[in-house]
Amino acid sequence: MSSAAQSPGAPVDLPADRQKIVDLGFVPVRAKLIEVAAFLDRVERYGVASDYRCVAMRAALSALADGKPERARRILESFSDPTTEPDAVSTGKAAYGAYRPPGA
Amino acid sequence: MRYIEPHGHMVSRTTDDYQAMVIAGCQAVCEPAFWAGYDRTSVDGFRDYFRQLTDYEPARAAKYRLPHYCWLCINPKEAEDMALAKDVIDLIPSLLDKPTVLGIGEIGLNRNTRNEMKVLEMHIDLAVKHNQLILVHTPHLEDKLKGTRLISDVLKSHSGVNPGRVIIDHVEEHTIKRVLDQGFWAGITLYPDSKSSPPRAVDMIEICGRERIWMNSACDWGHSDPLSVPKACLEMRARGYSAEFIDQVVYQNPVRFLSQCPKFKLGGQPAG
Repeated sequence: MSSAAQSPGAPVDLPADRQKIVDLGFVPVRAKLIEVAAFLDRVERYGVASDYRCVAMRAALSALADGKPERARRILESFSDPTTEPDAVSTGKAAYGAYRPPGA
Repeated sequence: MRYIEPHGHMVSRTTDDYQAMVIAGCQAVCEPAFWAGYDRTSVDGFRDYFRQLTDYEPARAAKYRLPHYCWLCINPKEAEDMALAKDVIDLIPSLLDKPTVLGIGEIGLNRNTRNEMKVLEMHIDLAVKHNQLILVHTPHLEDKLKGTRLISDVLKSHSGVNPGRVIIDHVEEHTIKRVLDQGFWAGITLYPDSKSSPPRAVDMIEICGRERIWMNSACDWGHSDPLSVPKACLEMRARGYSAEFIDQVVYQNPVRFLSQCPKFKLGGQPAG
């Protein structure tokens, strides 16, 4: 590389009214959380809860309530392909949303 | 409010979208070359597509007095056919002097294959040889983290690449710090179902700062929203950020990156 790596910028100063972030986000995010619950109920009702994507979703949920920060990053990582080498051949144009472990 | 749409696939949108974007404050739109939804069977398909990007689409946008720029490449979704990829890459140099071509993009990876990697390296060589800006697509969903690592590694290993002239797009919470730490610009794509929502995009800016970051809609023929950048402005405004703060993120930042290409102008004048 022809120039030195640079650090990301400093975090921005958050707006003074901190309570507003709950007021703005709570109801829309509440709805999304209930969608997750309903989806997991639905795949059980249909008898397909063992699909590797549903397994990955249940595993990801543990990050929501473990009290640790960076939940979004950790959930995205939990869905990700952990391998590091390029694949020999393509398995199709589309991704599926969760890494499929060998044999799953 | 003013903003730049730095990544929109306008060939797949209607003129209603151009009108809505201009009404919302869009000052320029930039269109990377991408997958048409089907695999083109010969280099002639790309020849026609590049003519659409460099001739016809700027004229369509001009009816709304909206400057239209583009980037050229063969998209990674069509990079498995190495012979076709080479033919397309050989075609590009003759088009780089067109007045609205900003650089090489959106190159990158789709399923992280060896052939995609080879075509990525060919594109990087092309960009370096012709001193072009680079716009990088990172893979979708479960492939993004691995693909972003592979892409940043190959860019870092190339002695001719200046990271300040490279934007790595479609970052999310698990890839943005790697991109910024290595000196690249980061693009946050706002999609209804995948990539980032406006609230998550603003979260990333709060955490990583507002330097070397832009937002885009990447609107195309799929589920996408050409007004997602102004909607992210509304999210910033609702949280209490100033007009100057918002302007830096959605206008000044993309202008700063894009102005590294002297052809990028707003209102007939160099934008930098």
